[in-house]
Amino acid sequence: MINPDSVGRTFKGVDQVTVTQSDIDAFAAVIGETDTTVAPPTFSIRISLSQYESILTQPEIGVNWSRLVHGDQKFEIFRPVIAGDVFTCSATIESLRVAAGNEIISVRSDLHNGAELVVSAWSTLVVRG
Amino acid sequence: MIEVGTVLPEKIFYLDRALLKAYADASGDQNPIHQNEEFALSVGLPNVIAHGMLTMALAGKYVTDWAGGSAHVLEFSARFIKPVIVPADVKTDLTVSATITEVVGNRIKLELSATSAGIKVLGMAKAVVTK
Repeated sequence: MINPDSVGRTFKGVDQVTVTQSDIDAFAAVIGETDTTVAPPTFSIRISLSQYESILTQPEIGVNWSRLVHGDQKFEIFRPVIAGDVFTCSATIESLRVAAGNEIISVRSDLHNGAELVVSAWSTLVVRG
Repeated sequence: MIEVGTVLPEKIFYLDRALLKAYADASGDQNPIHQNEEFALSVGLPNVIAHGMLTMALAGKYVTDWAGGSAHVLEFSARFIKPVIVPADVKTDLTVSATITEVVGNRIKLELSATSAGIKVLGMAKAVVTK
């Protein structure tokens, strides 16, 4: 079970993540994008999801990652992600509810390059009961 | 014409197991339900399924192609309502189209339709772009 005391709290990611041109190139190639001067709009999910995994599976929160399904996703992109961005990623647990035996967690991640907020992303994650 | 109600031309993307492997490597999401049929069946899925975020990334490509590139997307959201099922040795379609629902200055809101094998896979799929 997810610890209900975690709702409303913001957890800092432990890692700084540097975006490389080869990361952008690989992501763009999958979807057939040939202009890689900026990253495709959903590129930042690779950072958010890996940071969610390390943050939300900590014992004080208690998400069982192996039972997780992605329910929905929203991005607000303040400027495009580019190679050389160095992101810190926070995870704010905005809500938690239980429906049909599943735990449904809404989490927001803010990706900052220094003091600049570049992308906010909202994910609904469903932990199947 | 950029006016509310305009329906944009449909585009079909094709997904296969190789694309799922490429997306797994590019995104870091190596969940075996997207690569290993035996595993997918063991957890009650009909077959290997595409990453929801791959489906969304392809819908995003549709949006950026229309808007003029990746830098033109301000907001993008979708609900993963049904999986895109990707059997071995077959190409599965992802058919995307969009309707312009709002125009405010150079900010244009699109409502997207995304289906695979005739089944709606993304719900509430919307993008705000500049063009």
